[in-house]
Amino acid sequence: MWDYSEKVLELFYNPINQGTIDDPQEPDVAVVYGEVGSIACGDALRLHLKIQQSTDSILDARFQTFGCTSAIASSSALTEIIKGKTLDEALHITNQDIANFLGGLPEAKMHCSVMGQEALEAAIYKYRGIEVEHHEDDDGTLVCTCYGISEKKIRRAIAENRLTTVEQVTNYVKAGGGCGSCLADIEDILLEIQHSAESVKVAPALALDKEQSTQALPYPSTPLTNLQKITLIQQVIDTEVRPLLLADGGDVSLHDVEGDRVLVKLQGACGSCPSSTETLKYAIEAKLKDLVLPSLIVEAI
Amino acid sequence: MVTYLDNNATTRIDPDVLAAMLPYLSELYGNPSSMHSFGGQVGAAIETAREQVAALLGAEPTEIIFNSCGSEGNNTAIHAALAAQPEKRHIVTTAVEHPAILAVCKHLEKRGYTVTYLSVDGRGELDLMELEAAMTGGTALVTTMYANNETGVIFPVEQIGAIAKAYGAAYHVDAVQAVGKVPIDLSTSPIDLLTLSGHKLHAPKGIGALYVRKGFRFRPFLLGGHQERGRRAGTHNVPGIVALGKAAELAQIHLAHVQREAELRDLLECGILTTIPDTVVNGGGALRLPNTTNIGFKYIEGEAILFMLNREGICASSGSACTSGSLDPSHVLTAMGLPYTILHGSIRFSLSRYTTEAEIRQVLAVMPEIVERLRALSPFNNDQAEWLQERDLAVAT
Ligand code: FES
Repeated sequence: MWDYSEKVLELFYNPINQGTIDDPQEPDVAVVYGEVGSIACGDALRLHLKIQQSTDSILDARFQTFGCTSAIASSSALTEIIKGKTLDEALHITNQDIANFLGGLPEAKMHCSVMGQEALEAAIYKYRGIEVEHHEDDDGTLVCTCYGISEKKIRRAIAENRLTTVEQVTNYVKAGGGCGSCLADIEDILLEIQHSAESVKVAPALALDKEQSTQALPYPSTPLTNLQKITLIQQVIDTEVRPLLLADGGDVSLHDVEGDRVLVKLQGACGSCPSSTETLKYAIEAKLKDLVLPSLIVEAI
Repeated sequence: MVTYLDNNATTRIDPDVLAAMLPYLSELYGNPSSMHSFGGQVGAAIETAREQVAALLGAEPTEIIFNSCGSEGNNTAIHAALAAQPEKRHIVTTAVEHPAILAVCKHLEKRGYTVTYLSVDGRGELDLMELEAAMTGGTALVTTMYANNETGVIFPVEQIGAIAKAYGAAYHVDAVQAVGKVPIDLSTSPIDLLTLSGHKLHAPKGIGALYVRKGFRFRPFLLGGHQERGRRAGTHNVPGIVALGKAAELAQIHLAHVQREAELRDLLECGILTTIPDTVVNGGGALRLPNTTNIGFKYIEGEAILFMLNREGICASSGSACTSGSLDPSHVLTAMGLPYTILHGSIRFSLSRYTTEAEIRQVLAVMPEIVERLRALSPFNNDQAEWLQERDLAVAT
């Protein structure tokens, strides 16, 4: 029998926020749901959100879950965590936050928390009109056909949870938990990421170095992997762009990277500022072109 | 109070069995291999146990080798059968065997053997034509279970054995779940090797036996001592052997009353099927053990059901992904081709002679609410049955 925390069992036996949300058909309120998993996979979660459009915040959250004890508890926990948050705040919630809220999950059950985080993303993307499937499969060769897990999803789980073993990858995203024929591929991905970790560490330093000198562009000599590119973009936004915008009462967050398209969300003063195109082009795009890749194009969502 | 309905996992030790073995854990500690009389009386107890086990199986005492468990029996049987016919490199088994068979077969495949895994149909039954078609002159061994541990479905071992014999192959039966639940008479049977395990029939864990038909060319698996006439080295687990002997004797008596167990099982099955919609008995159409039922609750997941039952003091088991520690649903139910709507939400209830009607009624009292609660949480339901069915099919193909 699994060793579950008190909190897991409490939320399993007495789940909070179960069910659906009726659309009240009121102005300024939108109801949307995001769904991940399937009956074939053995767990599925449909997360319903009630969103106040003017403030971009979550008024209510409810769940419907097909799954085990920890899947139900993770879903319930997720709804508690996100209520009252803005969508941007919610997008920053990781599966680890869900696991922490529950007082931890057995490692073999971490995929339940990943499912929660994905359903949340799916719901918010749907509300924002972003194709979830596209987002999921983008760059997505399927690595594990048993569970339909793409390379992108595996890379993300590895990066966000600092996974180091194939077994952990299976525990977090299920890939490899079926026939096992994808285990070698997962190992390759892990090795590749571990290998490139060093160059990721080096790249921003290199970029900043070059920024200070006025010489030729600092692009790394070898092409960046997707993960490296995203990490670098995130770092440049955090260290170079946001401080400037914050000083003007605005803000920006990285929403997604699709090939060379960098999708960002402008907030605060920047979001409503008539010159936001300028902000995009000059403050953000130029910096990213400069410090990451010259082919990048920045778009607001 | 615990309602224990997980007897296919393990059983409680019968008090008479415990009483029989206790002296061998205390004052009668002699080694049966010793020459002195103190060891001698222990040796006599082992031979009594051998007779008791042989009697339950319709075998001769010399055909019984004591060992540690079902896994050891299965491993030994396969290796013994292959060693007896080293020129033959083909094995036939089924897709629904216990891992102690499947893992050995997989291992042997890497060693150059070919293995045919016979399929089962939606009722969990074999197609004997498929078996016939798989057999060749190079088949060294056919190994099948007597009864499936998850569904209780009984295989036609006499017919399977006859086919194996017709091709000159050895026939091994993993009877761990069947011994003590159905009458077995090996005196007239084509079975060459048969595995049983003590803890499935109210003896303690760590004791088992392998039946080896007289005249079968046996090669020992465990070498190093002359115990069991050189066929299984290792100091005898005397208390365990005495216990297994007593358990076998009691099982034989109990076989006359096994109908009562079947009635309780049917009460449970009918009660669930009539009070809870969208439930099915997996393997329900086949000949089954009297004590086992495997029920699929559509649209919900097995581990969640188990935890709810556990809170009510009811112990059952699930072949679902989550409980077993693996992510895949039960290989047995998968091999039966069940749709995913059932696969992930199946629960096995297995009874014993200690099961009471009150316990069955307790399960019937709590089950509808448990299922209702979990279905209320689930995004899937009967309205989507057709859609899910399509999705199931889409995934399956
Ligand atoms: S392909 Fe990944 S487990 Fe089968």
